[in-house]
Amino acid sequence: MRRTGAQIVWEMLEQEGVEVVFGFPGGAILDTYHCLQDYEIRHVLVRHEQGAAHAADGYARASGRVGVAMATSGPGATNLVTGIATAMMDSSPMVCITGQVGTSLIGTDAFQEADMTGITLPITKHNYLVTDVENLASIMREAFHIARSGRPGPVLIDLPKNVQQAETDFVPPKDEVRLSGYEPAGRVDAEQLLRAAELINSAERPVILAGHGVLMSGKTRTLKELAERMEAVVALTLLGKGAFPESHPLCLGMMGMHGEAAANRAVQEADLLLALGMRFDDRVTGTLEQYAPMSRKVHIDADAAELNKIVPADVAIVGDLRHVLEELLAMIEPASHEGWMERVDHWRSQSRARDIINRPQNGRLVAPYVIDSLRKETQGDAIVVTDVGQHQMWTAMYYGLDRPDPWITSGGLGTMGFALPAAIGAQIAQPDREVWAIAGDGGFQMTMQELGTLIQEDLPVRIALVNNSYLGMVRQWQELLYEGRYEATYLVNPDFVRLVSAYGIPGWRVTEPANAAAVIAEARSQAGPAFIEFVVASEGDDGNVYPMVPPGAALHEMIRRPEASVELAGTGEEKE
Amino acid sequence: MSRTLIALVEDKPGVLARVAGLLRRRAFNIESLTVGRTQEPGISRMTIVVDSDRTDAEKVLQNLNKLVNVIDVEDVTERALVARNLALIKVQVNGGSRAEVMQIVDSFRGRVVDVGLDTIMIEATGNEEKVEGLVQVLQAFGIVEMVRGGRVAMVRGGQPQ
Ligand SMILES: Cc1ncc(C[n+]2csc(CCOP(=O)(O)OP(=O)(O)O)c2C)c(N)n1
Ligand SMILES: [Mg+2]
Repeated sequence: MRRTGAQIVWEMLEQEGVEVVFGFPGGAILDTYHCLQDYEIRHVLVRHEQGAAHAADGYARASGRVGVAMATSGPGATNLVTGIATAMMDSSPMVCITGQVGTSLIGTDAFQEADMTGITLPITKHNYLVTDVENLASIMREAFHIARSGRPGPVLIDLPKNVQQAETDFVPPKDEVRLSGYEPAGRVDAEQLLRAAELINSAERPVILAGHGVLMSGKTRTLKELAERMEAVVALTLLGKGAFPESHPLCLGMMGMHGEAAANRAVQEADLLLALGMRFDDRVTGTLEQYAPMSRKVHIDADAAELNKIVPADVAIVGDLRHVLEELLAMIEPASHEGWMERVDHWRSQSRARDIINRPQNGRLVAPYVIDSLRKETQGDAIVVTDVGQHQMWTAMYYGLDRPDPWITSGGLGTMGFALPAAIGAQIAQPDREVWAIAGDGGFQMTMQELGTLIQEDLPVRIALVNNSYLGMVRQWQELLYEGRYEATYLVNPDFVRLVSAYGIPGWRVTEPANAAAVIAEARSQAGPAFIEFVVASEGDDGNVYPMVPPGAALHEMIRRPEASVELAGTGEEKE
Repeated sequence: MSRTLIALVEDKPGVLARVAGLLRRRAFNIESLTVGRTQEPGISRMTIVVDSDRTDAEKVLQNLNKLVNVIDVEDVTERALVARNLALIKVQVNGGSRAEVMQIVDSFRGRVVDVGLDTIMIEATGNEEKVEGLVQVLQAFGIVEMVRGGRVAMVRGGQPQ
């Protein structure tokens, strides 16, 4: 059949099973938009292309499928950049289709020309400039294959206007994609696996570090079996939340800069680290010189380039956890580590005693209480999408997950403005689930124009705005590390409830702990979108995220919540 | 120390930029990179020499492997290799020194490829030490201009890379 390039785009999207495209039109992509009506694909018109990229990313993370974003050339395409980099850092499968000036104009600084394949080279898994309509179908096929296989990531297809207009005989490609330079499934080295099992079986103080890769493999049950058989405690990365039930007695919660103190202690004292589908981000390790000094390290990841990149491994295994975890499990002998577990429990009880949430109410609304209330009201059953900052860390700490549910946050890039558009994508992926966007007052204002998308698409996303009138996380650094000089972190904010009401979205303002639960319940009872502004304590003990590993410090050198604010059950043994 | 990697890559527009961009982005230090056609249409071959005191060649290899257009990469440093460098060197000469320069070139198995009034151009190929040795000796006469290619390498014997 004769098809134009523009039609082939939609034909191929349909063939890949794409149900929704997030986008924003313009001259260089108009030909493609012109054919949209003839296809069964939903298009979500965002208010800024960054929103399209984050929404596609949120959709991908909530569905496990490839998210698709579309934009015009030049400024439309460059507006995608932050969203593409965000997806790259967090291994989120995404295909971006950008219009480009006609091939004869490329390189001439034509109107709205930007070198998108050049610009996105380091922030995509791969990218294409399509110069001939004959190649378009196979490129689209490859792009989806690359985006979703192996370690997933974003792929960009730059599509010149004349290629969209050109006609060709379209034959839907049917064969499996074969790329000689790309073989995602790593072969597992049996000998290495044996050595890993030996180290694990002889460990006395084992800790499993579980990351995003475990979730992507879908093998969370195998991980649970493995941890139980090893009697290993499990620490999670930020993106690994959900890989292991947080209420499980072996779970230590999140590790790292704002990790649970017990998790960080255990990592530092361990004699074996089993790192699964994680990449030792510097926010996870603290200073490397003193990182987990007593431990042997077994590192398993699908991406060979992650092994020995930051932390040298005693055994490094390239492999897809879908297969490796089970193979490993079969080699593990049941073990118990009584003394070690006692020490871990001791650290844990100390953490609990310091926890702000276990403190008698003093009438001030603190962010951890907000998140705890959200978890209680939603029974931990919502899809939570966060922005970046203090509220993000508190959500990671206080919205415990017991299932491998979508937990959507910008980890690697730490992109403010992520929450609302990503929540829009998540809600579209999971129309029957309750989706909460949790954002700070700073980040919310970076992409709040997507409220327009929310009402245009009539999506019941719930928004919790944690308002501390500051760029809180930066203010915390200024308070603790920069002599208390608050430069450029105080925010004069609008009346957020009135702002959302201009969009027809019902909003509430909560200033006291006593009202939190009732207002959350009210917001949940809405059929459409709902918004709650929580005005929270913004400074000092109530307004800081603890524990905190200061930059450059070792993982066990945490700044803890000052003891005065909490009765400490501990023995004073801790001297962080 | 340096290590030699050989990469077979797809001969497509932008592939060199992808490789060079990767090396830059990951802050890898390389000594040279050469690229050229192979016997197979559509496949180019790169010889990449890594400064292994400052850069882990294994990391370079793993990251190159992640590029979709890179078909295969191998660190051939430990294998029996033929490695060659090419240099074109233009040297100042006068009636007195001309013969002496030509004699030196001869003993380094170089070739005189152009003779001018007061310069001659020399082509030298060989391993880096040999080419470097010739350059040093010629410096005494005055090098007017020089161009050197990066290392190209091939494993000896049976199997193709
Ligand atoms: C796009 C972007 N710009 C700057 C930063 C640096 N940054 C990290 S957290 C933060 C403060 C966020 O403030 P807010 O959204 O109010 O959240 P809070 O920390 O107060 O909860 C800033 C500015 C960032 N992560 N992303
Ligand atoms: Mg704030």
